Amino acid sequence: MGKETMNVELAVVGGGPAGLAVAAKAASYGVQVTVFDENERPGGQLFKQIHKFFGSKEHQAGIRGHDIGYSLLSQCEEFGVKTMLNTVVWGIEKNMLGIQNNGRTYTIKTKKTIIATGASENPLCFPGWTLSGVMGAGAAQTMMNVHRVQPGQKALMVGSGNVGLIVSYQLLLAGIKVAAIVEALPKIGGYMVHAAKIRRTGVPILTSATICEARGENEVEEAVIASIDEKGNVMEGTQRVLPVDLICIAVGLRPLAELCWMAGCKFMFLPVLGDHVPIHDENMRSTVKDIYVAGDVAGIEEASTAMEEGRLAGIAVAEELGYLGSEEADEKKNLARKRLESLRLGPFGDTRAEAKRKLTESEVNR
Amino acid sequence: MRIFYHPILGKLEEKRKITLEVDGKKIAAYEGEPIAAALLAAGIRVLRMSPKREEPRGVFCAIGRCTDCVMIVDGQPNVRTCVTPARDGMKIQTQKGLGKWAKKL
Repeated sequence: MGKETMNVELAVVGGGPAGLAVAAKAASYGVQVTVFDENERPGGQLFKQIHKFFGSKEHQAGIRGHDIGYSLLSQCEEFGVKTMLNTVVWGIEKNMLGIQNNGRTYTIKTKKTIIATGASENPLCFPGWTLSGVMGAGAAQTMMNVHRVQPGQKALMVGSGNVGLIVSYQLLLAGIKVAAIVEALPKIGGYMVHAAKIRRTGVPILTSATICEARGENEVEEAVIASIDEKGNVMEGTQRVLPVDLICIAVGLRPLAELCWMAGCKFMFLPVLGDHVPIHDENMRSTVKDIYVAGDVAGIEEASTAMEEGRLAGIAVAEELGYLGSEEADEKKNLARKRLESLRLGPFGDTRAEAKRKLTESEVNR
Repeated sequence: MRIFYHPILGKLEEKRKITLEVDGKKIAAYEGEPIAAALLAAGIRVLRMSPKREEPRGVFCAIGRCTDCVMIVDGQPNVRTCVTPARDGMKIQTQKGLGKWAKKL
């Protein structure tokens, strides 16, 4: 490891919604927090989420993602959170992190570490999927909403979950035509309110349909779509060619949990949460001493859930480090857990709540 | 193409304009934006050719994970252009295969 060593009381890896929420919360009780993030600026994927959030008022419903990002950043600033940007955390062992900044390597000694590294988009393989112009829906979202560049002129969206629906609408807002949304399942995956918004614009949402092929010389020039039967086989004669230069893939996310694996955390395979997920207790503590997890890395959910998990972990860490009495901490943690529960209601939330219970109730935690 | 006006985000904030050299051709960019964004804005979507089959690749994940967007930047190969900020005068080349280091950086 590196020659230069720094001491950090609480290291937060990842400056997205979960990481910033942990940082602001823990720092508000007096914990010395440093956030490490690979990017030029913090906020993770919040700044590309220009839609209004869901839930109740206490979950900041009705506020757009990027505004929530700005408010988290100002809270972090207010409580003296340090940030190290353009910094890759490439290694972790017990209470040590290996980081790289501007070509130099350092060792960080920590009392507690929070891994809040988020998620990455799932790819989807089909002939032509490597052509330029096939990209993650989130990638297109980053390009248009954060960098203000159109990733194409006419798009096909693959997947009708909330990401597929919301990004389709945002493509339209960015002046990009959307030829269609295809969904392999017989029904739309995301919330009806998002689907309705799309349908009002006249964009067709084709269920029991898939992409067969992307064609083009160097870049996408057209997409072949078709209907599929219950077994997922293409129905002959239903193929259609759409002239598009952008194909967005919105088929789910998976936790970016490399550091958790490296640290030796125990995992559980929970498809509803995206893949193998690090097991954690109801304080967001992983199975490795002094390492916590929060947000999508601990199971794919939403930014609101990620922030709530972050706050919960922040309180738990502040308590363990002696900045909060156990009575006060319990009260605050219970409130955070209640808010998490209310975010996991309804047909979409129930299965996630159940999977999360499997994690927190796992005997590995004891 | 750039999104100069956005119904929710409003007018595009003015940033310092810089010039990048891409395969010997000059393009305009904004300082600090990812190189890949500047290239997309200039209509350049093929960023490298794959090592084995020499197939074209472009931006795929835009968060620095997939490495499909790597190019040679100022003589250094395998630079992830989707997370590398553009600076004035940068020399960028379409990467062939694994790329080559410039003799002198």
